[in-house]
Amino acid sequence: MFQFLLRRLLYMIPTLIAISIVAFVIIQLPPGDFLTTMVASMAAQGEDVDQTALQALKDQYGLGQPVHIQYLKWMQGIILRGDFGDSFGWNKAVSDLVWSRLALTFVLSLASLLFVWVVAFPIGIYSAVKQYSVGDYVATFFGFLGLAIPNFLLALILMYIAFRYFNQSVGGLFSPEYQEAPWTWGKVADLFAHLWVPVVIIGTAGTASLIRIMRANLLDELRKPYVVTARAKGLPEWRLLFKYPVRVALNPFVSTVGWVLPTLVSGAAIVSIVLSLPTTGPLLIRALQQQDMYLAASFIMLLSILTVIGTLVSDLLLAWLDPRIRME
Amino acid sequence: MESPALIEIKNLKTHFFLDEGTVQAVNGVDFSIHQHKTLCVVGESGCGKSVTARSILQIVDQPGRIVEGEILFHRPSRSDNGSETTETIDLAALNPRGREIRAIRGQDISMIFQEPMTSLSPIHTVGNQVTEAIKLHTDMLDDEAKEHSIELLRRVGIPRPEERFDTYPFELSGGMRQRVMIAMALSCNPALLIADEPTTAVDVTTQAQILELLEELQDEFGMAIMLITHDLGVVAEMADDVVVMYLGQVAERGDVDSIFHDPKHPYTQSLLKSIPRLGVSRNRQRLDSIRGMVPDPYNRPTGCMFGPRCDHFMPGRCDAINPPAIPLGPGREVHCLLYEEE
Amino acid sequence: MAVTDAKTLPPETVSPGAVQAEVESSVSVASQWQLMWWKFRKHRMAMAGGIVTLLIYAIALFVEFLSPSSPGVIRADYTWAPPQRLHFLRQTEEGRRWDPYVNGYKVEIDPEALKRTFVIDEEQVVDIGFFVRGEPYKMWGIWETDLHLVGSTDVEIPVYFLGADRMGRDLLSSMIYGTRISMSIGLLGVFLSFFLGILLGGISGFFGGTVDNLIQRVIEFIRSIPTIPLWMGLAAALPTDWPPLRIYFGITIILSFIGWTGLARVVRGRFLSLRTEDFVMSARLDGASELTTIWRHMVPSFFSHIIASLTLSIPGMILAETSLSFLGLGLRRPVVSWGVLLQEAQNIRSVATAPWLLIPGLAVLVAVLALNFLGDGLRDAADPYNR
Ligand SMILES: Nc1ncnc2c1ncn2[C@@H]1O[C@H](COP(=O)(O)OP(=O)(O)OP(=O)(O)O)[C@@H](O)[C@H]1O
Ligand SMILES: [Mg+2]
Repeated sequence: MFQFLLRRLLYMIPTLIAISIVAFVIIQLPPGDFLTTMVASMAAQGEDVDQTALQALKDQYGLGQPVHIQYLKWMQGIILRGDFGDSFGWNKAVSDLVWSRLALTFVLSLASLLFVWVVAFPIGIYSAVKQYSVGDYVATFFGFLGLAIPNFLLALILMYIAFRYFNQSVGGLFSPEYQEAPWTWGKVADLFAHLWVPVVIIGTAGTASLIRIMRANLLDELRKPYVVTARAKGLPEWRLLFKYPVRVALNPFVSTVGWVLPTLVSGAAIVSIVLSLPTTGPLLIRALQQQDMYLAASFIMLLSILTVIGTLVSDLLLAWLDPRIRME
Repeated sequence: MESPALIEIKNLKTHFFLDEGTVQAVNGVDFSIHQHKTLCVVGESGCGKSVTARSILQIVDQPGRIVEGEILFHRPSRSDNGSETTETIDLAALNPRGREIRAIRGQDISMIFQEPMTSLSPIHTVGNQVTEAIKLHTDMLDDEAKEHSIELLRRVGIPRPEERFDTYPFELSGGMRQRVMIAMALSCNPALLIADEPTTAVDVTTQAQILELLEELQDEFGMAIMLITHDLGVVAEMADDVVVMYLGQVAERGDVDSIFHDPKHPYTQSLLKSIPRLGVSRNRQRLDSIRGMVPDPYNRPTGCMFGPRCDHFMPGRCDAINPPAIPLGPGREVHCLLYEEE
Repeated sequence: MAVTDAKTLPPETVSPGAVQAEVESSVSVASQWQLMWWKFRKHRMAMAGGIVTLLIYAIALFVEFLSPSSPGVIRADYTWAPPQRLHFLRQTEEGRRWDPYVNGYKVEIDPEALKRTFVIDEEQVVDIGFFVRGEPYKMWGIWETDLHLVGSTDVEIPVYFLGADRMGRDLLSSMIYGTRISMSIGLLGVFLSFFLGILLGGISGFFGGTVDNLIQRVIEFIRSIPTIPLWMGLAAALPTDWPPLRIYFGITIILSFIGWTGLARVVRGRFLSLRTEDFVMSARLDGASELTTIWRHMVPSFFSHIIASLTLSIPGMILAETSLSFLGLGLRRPVVSWGVLLQEAQNIRSVATAPWLLIPGLAVLVAVLALNFLGDGLRDAADPYNR
């Protein structure tokens, strides 16, 4: 098990490097470098450009030097000083902006993941065991529907309904009185009271596909000979179901975290924009629109790292559940 | 001389109701299994051997169902005073999900399957799976059940069973897995062990060892064995009685000597002709080297099922009458119009 | 074909194994396409999905003719005009008679907010005709014509069956034009991903070993990145001064650049399983030449799966484009897609004033559902062995 963990951690290193390179490429993609843009806009506003400060920035980011040097300098800042560069849109260090937002994104994604699992697991089992029953058809129908509605649309519709018929706003993660308040238990409770709306919205598509996966897996397992063996031993159907096929089908279910998590994080980004939640989404899109590239790229990088870590956790969970993987 | 019947199957019909039509997988089968004896069931692939076996335990897959017939099980009562009484249960009439049939499965009648690879759960330990039936059917405590299982594992020839107890099936070889299956099946001292092609998926040496093991265990535990196989060599070695099946029906049945030395049914005759003589790689000989092929289950011939492939085909009779059982002696009968009394 | 083959073979010359193989192949392979079709036909939702999909693509083909107006026509005096219901029968003295019309608008001024709003005026009647002359256009860039399927008989009076947006543009026409863009981006994107997927997946499956390992790592990597932020990052990098068509292709490439991984997996999986699948083996043992083997056994099974996965990937592309355009990072006017239209509904104020702006979402829903049902049916049909 320990070896397994070690190997997984080693596997992560190239992934993390690749992620940082992709993020850096995104920084580099817009034509021109940000300093030129900044100088131009400062000049346009009639501000003086401090040449020494400018030079300091140039040195810090390695501008004018080859691309790989710039990359290494950026990475060096991150690893040694936790410095992701500066956001020019906010005139702040990126690191001052990202963490609280990232934490809320994390909470939101995790809550959505739990929601997806808790809902999809029993429904998937039911659908498989009662294949072609009315309940199965209903689940399948809602599953398809959940897959087909883009979650921003769902968010819009819910907002419209809440606004139109209940005269309420469903946006945000906090009530106004807690918006700027420091963290207290009251604030946490308030967060959870608000959390369910985006969680349900973000979770629909994932729930729909996980129901289908659970159903298909379980149907597969139900056909396996070991089920017949267990039945031939005289086990009651329900005990048999949960001890063997459900338990075996659980493994691929758990391993879906690998791709469910990225889609949830994606969903969280876009739903947050619609519902204006204080997570990474709204800030990311603003950064992209303003070509505030260090901020944008840092977000993309950190979100990706978040999912990679999530996947690692699910791998470990899977190894703990499945002896075949643990011992491979 | 003839030991009492343990199972009597009478006119068993098990059909599969598919969208495309009904597959009459087992269509009027009669035979008996006697206490402490080995019955071999042979026949080409798809002739309904497995379905018959599964019908006995009521574990036929959906959408299959027993539609007619009786499976009388003369259950030996294990009364404490040593006297042997039997109670008779019609297994075919039991609810497949009910308590009665579950009490019989794994306790009075147990089964081992062809694929030792997939017939064991990949993520449960050997010990877990072997002790399961014991815990289910007896009131042994965990420790006792474990001890008993280890003893069984040792008995079926698994080296260092204490260690194997905690391993997973994928860590074992095919032969070892099949031994685990056997240990599992014998854990409650069944009266009947059904073995559905137990050696098809293992290599030749292992095959011989496993068959030998089954014989030994039969001597020791005294259970009857219903052995399904493709291999006539195995039949010759193991069987007391033989049932030859063709397309969901019995073609011929009798004791092993009369079947081998005096086969009546043309199908049995061609089956026997198809075994290579004198040992030359007799193992793995499939039975399908008979002229033509098994008709597909939706287009069953009229009259005698074997008619279209038979050398003695009698036009006007064989394609009109489905041959009834023609008794030839005690426990011996053939379904062929050639032997009809005028 | 193979059925007759098997039957005409003299039985004596057939080895036992071959009988086995031929039996299997004649039943299951000769008419594999046909089997699939039968299987597919039984799947009623899939049939319905297929028909709807065909209809949607037909609409995409004839947008100019089908839409009453053009999506770019701005009429500032019809800001947020609500949908007009089409009546087919008109009440006259002699009873009801076939004569399609819609009711016109009147302007109401909200005394508090001092806002002009349009409401339907039951008094006014606008005549509607079929095959009417309207806005001139060039069909497929070839024929000049001004024939429209349906529209106001008076060119001067616009009709808004589904209402108007902030700039008085006709939502129905925009949606019909959007069909072309949204559906084609899905198709094009899937073909691009398919190309990448089949190339890399094929290489992966064919060579195996290190190459396979490497490509699998790359795929895993791409899959582990949350797509929308990455898409946003890449799309935002497209220069704003690009012409619409180039943006369109840029977006398609970005979408397929990330979307190919799923298809690559399928292709690889198929390659790997094809190499070991029993019926291929038995056909090989049977002595059938490699080419016939491939044609009879591998091609149908391979293609049916690929077609099914292709169909199932189109919805993802459509949803992705919709999301990007909705965020304002994808396509931009004058190109209209459903996502571009939904962008109008981005803030709750506009949705509250003009809820019909959400209707393009319905189009997305229908298209995605139809494609999913179709793909599901195809996938099931592709596996005739799987009940
Ligand atoms: N689950 C099922 N669904 C539909 N038909 C089935 C099912 N199981 C078995 N059958 C049908 O029942 C018939 C008999 O099958 P069975 O498995 O008993 O054959 P068998 O004699 O055991 O063959 P083999 O030697 O290959 O094991 C076959 O024609 C098969 O088509
Ligand atoms: Mg069988």
